[in-house]
Amino acid sequence: MNQRPLSPHLGVYKFMYTMSLSILHRITGGAAAVGFLLFVWWLMALASGPAAYASAMSVLATPLAKLLLVGFTFSFVYHFCNGIRHLVWDTGRGLERAQARRSGAVVVVAALLLTAATIWFACRAFGPLALGLAP
Amino acid sequence: MSLRTPLSKVIGRGSAGEGVGHWWMQRVTAVALLPLTAWFVISLLGQPLQSYDAMRGWLGQPWVAVLTILLVFTLAWHSKLGIQVIIEDYVHGKAAKTTLLLSSTFVHVGAAVSGIFAILSLALS
Repeated sequence: MNQRPLSPHLGVYKFMYTMSLSILHRITGGAAAVGFLLFVWWLMALASGPAAYASAMSVLATPLAKLLLVGFTFSFVYHFCNGIRHLVWDTGRGLERAQARRSGAVVVVAALLLTAATIWFACRAFGPLALGLAP
Repeated sequence: MSLRTPLSKVIGRGSAGEGVGHWWMQRVTAVALLPLTAWFVISLLGQPLQSYDAMRGWLGQPWVAVLTILLVFTLAWHSKLGIQVIIEDYVHGKAAKTTLLLSSTFVHVGAAVSGIFAILSLALS
């Protein structure tokens, strides 16, 4: 088992910022998977009736939950934007070094802007509770 | 001398025996999730989230329910494929890897069934 060939350890590569975008794609994917479970929990609360929904929404209004929701939002949005970049690469386009760096910058800016926009609209949809930090 | 049989060369599925199925379904679900997630987030954030009746009424509409069921199903599938790759890459012990892969499959199937059941119960009651 130990004699099998291994691909080079990550440490042998010179650091480039496109590497961190690739690693971030995996991290945000893992975080989005947890966010998906939270989404299902919210759907179940909605199906369980008004009392369950109200208590779920009050849990989501706590400062810790809001912080997590911001993280999940960024994770979904980044994974969405960078996922489009990966799908374009799958067609064989945009793989040159300069193109990959440029599309990486576009993805980071788009992800930050879309995250901010989503949070702003979410605060409006959440109602007055969302504006203060305390529930 | 090759140890591979002529049949295995022709089928070309490698040692895992399943070819590009995993890679391909990850892309298929990714493409499906682009419009589904964009539609859901934009539609959801137009609703008053604190109002139980408004949320229930919105999610219970036929087309909203169908698209959200598709969203939950596809999210669960895509997530299952992604978490599987992460486990296979970083967990090396046979027992730990198998346990985690099995747990991940169970959690994803459970989440998909729960989410779809929740939406159906809102739409059909």
